[in-house]
Amino acid sequence: MTEKAVISVRNLVKKFGSFTANDNLSFEVYEGEIFGFLGANGAGKTTAIRILSGLSEPTSGEVIVAGFNAKKQPEQIKKNIGYMCQKFSLYADLTVKENIMLYGGIYGMRKTLIRERTDLLLDKLNFREYGDRLISDLPLGLRQKLAFSVAVLHEPKIVFLDEPTGGVDPITRRQFWEMIYEAAGRGITVFVTTHYMDEAEYCDRVSIMSEGRIVAIDTPAELKKQYSAGSVEEVFVKIARPEGTHPPSPLSAS
Amino acid sequence: MQKAVESSGIYKIFGETEALKNISFSVNESEIFGFIGPDGAGKTTLFRIITTLLLPDEGKMTVMGLDCRTGFKELRKNIGYMPGRFSLYHDLSVEENLNFYATVFGTTVEENYDLISDIYSHIEPFKKRLAGKLSGGMKQKLALSCALIHKPGLLILDEPTTGVDAVSRLEFWEMLKKLRQHNITIVVSTPYMDEAMRCDRVALIQEGHILSINQPEKIREEFSRKLFSAKAVEKYKLINALRNFPGTVTAYPFGDSVHVTFRSDEFDNSLYEYLNGMGISNVEINETRAGIEDRFLELMETPDTPPLKGDGGMLK
Repeated sequence: MTEKAVISVRNLVKKFGSFTANDNLSFEVYEGEIFGFLGANGAGKTTAIRILSGLSEPTSGEVIVAGFNAKKQPEQIKKNIGYMCQKFSLYADLTVKENIMLYGGIYGMRKTLIRERTDLLLDKLNFREYGDRLISDLPLGLRQKLAFSVAVLHEPKIVFLDEPTGGVDPITRRQFWEMIYEAAGRGITVFVTTHYMDEAEYCDRVSIMSEGRIVAIDTPAELKKQYSAGSVEEVFVKIARPEGTHPPSPLSAS
Repeated sequence: MQKAVESSGIYKIFGETEALKNISFSVNESEIFGFIGPDGAGKTTLFRIITTLLLPDEGKMTVMGLDCRTGFKELRKNIGYMPGRFSLYHDLSVEENLNFYATVFGTTVEENYDLISDIYSHIEPFKKRLAGKLSGGMKQKLALSCALIHKPGLLILDEPTTGVDAVSRLEFWEMLKKLRQHNITIVVSTPYMDEAMRCDRVALIQEGHILSINQPEKIREEFSRKLFSAKAVEKYKLINALRNFPGTVTAYPFGDSVHVTFRSDEFDNSLYEYLNGMGISNVEINETRAGIEDRFLELMETPDTPPLKGDGGMLK
C-alpha cells in the first residue's frame, strides 16, 4: 500500500429530487489499499459506488478516480476499474472461457493477451477442467472466485466488490479474501462492501456510512479503540444507525 | 412430547443434483431451531418440504403430528412461511398486504394483533405506502407480520437476514426471541454463522447433508483440537507463515486474528522463533475457544463425514 490516492472525493453530493443520498462525502483511498465501505441498508453506499465507477453523475463536488474526473471522464474511469457484485457477475449461459473472452474483449484486450491470461487464470484457480463448462453448472463458490479473477483480468487500478461473498461457504469466503490480499499486493486497490463484520476486520481501513454521510473512517484497530469496542461489529452497531429512526412506542391497534 | 417437526431419511433429487441426502432431525415445540449453511446447501429445498410445497423422494416428514403427504391440507393452516425472496404484493399497500394474508387464512388483523404488534408497530406509520416502496428492513418486518397473522404453531423463516445489515439483523433476532413467548416454534435458516448462537439448537448443513445437530454451545465444544488465536500487524504474511510452519494443521483468518491448530496440543515455543525468522515480529498468540464457524470449517475439511446418527444433544 502506498500513500498515493487513487480515489479522491471532495464534498460529493448526490440528490434524487429532494432526497439527498450522498451528503457531502470527502475521503481518499490509496493505491493497493483494501478499503471496506460499510453502512446500514439504505445508507447510500450503492449510490456512491455508482458515482465512483462512472455510472452516475455527482450533483456537486469533485470525484477523481484513477486520475479521471467522474463528471467529465466517466468512460475513462470505466476502462480503469473492475467491478463485481453478488447478484450478477458472469453470464450463466456462457462457458468459463467464453466469459473470460467476452470481458477481455469489452476491456479492449488483445486476443493473444486474453488467451495468455486465461491460461494463467485457469491454472491459478485449479480450474482447467472447468474451462468449457457453463457458468450455470458451477457451484456458487467457484463462480464467485472466477468472477473476481475476471474483474481484475485487465489489471485495473481499482476493483469494486459489492458484497462479493454473500451466501458463500466459510472456506471459500476465506479463499476469496486471500485473492483480495494478493490483488492488493500487486497494487490493485480493492473497494469492498460486506455485511460480514469479521470481513471488515480484514480491511486496511473502513468507512461507515449512515444516512448519506460518512460517520467514521479509520483502520479497524483505531475505530475499535475510539469507540472502546471489541470488534468492528460493535462499532457498527453503535454508530451505523442514528437514534430515533424508529417510532419510539408501539402504536395502538388500528 | 410431540415434536413440532420430525424428519427421517429425507432425500430429494433434481436431475443429477442430490439436493438432500438422508436428512433426519427433529424440532421440539417452542424452540428456535436454526439451519446454518451456505447457499446451495439444501436449506430452501428442505423448507419447501416442511411447508408441503414439495414432496420428498424418500423419507418421512411429520409436522405437528401430521404427515406431509396425507395431512398437508390441515398442516398448511398452521404454518407461517417467510420465503427467502420477498413474498409480498408490491402493488398493494402495507395494510392491504396484511389484510390479504389474514383473509386468506380466515382471520382478521384485529384478532391476532397482539402477536404482531411489536413488529408491526415499526411499519404501521407507513401503512398506506405500497410494499414495493419499502426499505429492505421494513419489507422484512411486513413479511414477518404477514407470516404470523394467522397465529401459526410453526414459523418457517428462510434466510430472513440475508443481505441485511448488522444492526437490522440484531433487531430481527430480538423480535424472534420475543415470539417464543407465544409458544410458536421457529425454524430458521441463515448463512451467517454467528447467528447460530441465537438459536436453541442448530443443524450445520452443507451440500445436502447435515454435518452436526446440537445446542450451539455443544457444537463449539465438539471442536476436536486446541485452538489458538494469533495476531500481528501484517495479517496476510502471518497467515501464510503459519500455514507453512511444519506443526500447523490449519490456519484461517478470523476477523482481526488468525485461528490456528497444531498437530500437537502442546504449544511449540519454537513458533515464535520461526515467525521472527520470517520477518514477522510482535506476534501475539493465545489459546481461544472455538466458535460455530471454527467447527463448521473443521467439519468441511473432513470430506467423508459419516451420516449423522440419531439426534445428538436434545434439549431437555
